[in-house]
Amino acid sequence: MDQIAVHQDSATSTDWPVAIYRTLKDFGVAQLSYVPDAGHSKLIKLSHADGAIKTTVLTTEEEGVALSAGAWLGGDRAVLLMQSSGVGNCVNMLSLMASCRFPLLTLVTMRGEWAEFNPWQIPMGRATPHAFEIMGVTVLRLDNPDDAEEVISAAASLAYDGDQQVAVLISQRMIGRKKWTKETH
Amino acid sequence: MSAPIGTLDRRAAVKALLADRGDLLVISGLGSSSYDVFDAGEHPGNFYLWGAMGGAAMMGLGLALAQPKRPVLVITGDGEQLMGIGSLLTIATKQPGNLSIAVLDNGHFGETGMQLSHSGLGAKLEVIASGAGIGSVSDIADMAGIERFRASLRDTGGGPRLARIRIAAGEVERALPPRDGTYLKNRFRAHLGLAVS
Repeated sequence: MDQIAVHQDSATSTDWPVAIYRTLKDFGVAQLSYVPDAGHSKLIKLSHADGAIKTTVLTTEEEGVALSAGAWLGGDRAVLLMQSSGVGNCVNMLSLMASCRFPLLTLVTMRGEWAEFNPWQIPMGRATPHAFEIMGVTVLRLDNPDDAEEVISAAASLAYDGDQQVAVLISQRMIGRKKWTKETH
Repeated sequence: MSAPIGTLDRRAAVKALLADRGDLLVISGLGSSSYDVFDAGEHPGNFYLWGAMGGAAMMGLGLALAQPKRPVLVITGDGEQLMGIGSLLTIATKQPGNLSIAVLDNGHFGETGMQLSHSGLGAKLEVIASGAGIGSVSDIADMAGIERFRASLRDTGGGPRLARIRIAAGEVERALPPRDGTYLKNRFRAHLGLAVS
């Protein structure tokens, strides 16, 4: 089994990363870029294993914003995965998307909002929706695993058909409490 | 002050790079690089950045991955590339054979008062690119080198490439390309036969 899954008690039995993957496939997403996050690890694995999705690991999140713009120029739909701590890195690069009305779909796993153990995660987690909104990005929430397909589908339509920049914030509650050791809770 | 990095005329260098461009697609970094590309000749396969500092090479990567049969050339300055220096590592992980990056290096931040850049203070962009995993790097100081680099661009299996092009640091008259990003985007996509939404 996936070691990450072993280390986290999921809030649900629903396999929402697979639902997200299938929805992205339905929309013909051809490029996926990411800064790793444990909450996205399953989707990242699925993407790497899919020969039809060009999957790119980034050194910092704003690279993925510019990558998404270039992908669209060349006819590819792209999606960017990150965790909330990386959202602030993207602020200036989001000007590119607004100035050119480039579609952007980014899926953000939240930290700092639900049973957070690490106080260092809290300021950026709290600022995450605002950091997007000040740059004109539409923010949607995914709080319930059963809603994954519907929310991602709505976000993808808004991005790729509506030429909008859209962020889906995936609740930390869905990802589950992070266990810091095997022995203690 | 440090010794000048180079003597090449930036306009002449870019014009030579884009001669007989064929199916080359071009992304230009903000500032003088966009002016140079525009001055070399308007083309629907040009996308001029007016912002997004540090993003030109990554935009080139997204485009190169989407259009693997077309050669893609990013033309940018040392300051712009330095702000997105990590993108060289990211590009190397994908090894896009059709992507080339030309860094017009004058060792200065030309748009903002000619302050010395990290390159002007000793950083070697072609060495950094090599260390990042970009296999084909060159350090170009004359027009013969420009011509060799230009000839290599057509080989869409030979990249990724990065050329550090040593240009003179003098001010050049501005040549201003269109600033409407949506127009530039739609024009570029139409050039590739893609639907305009």
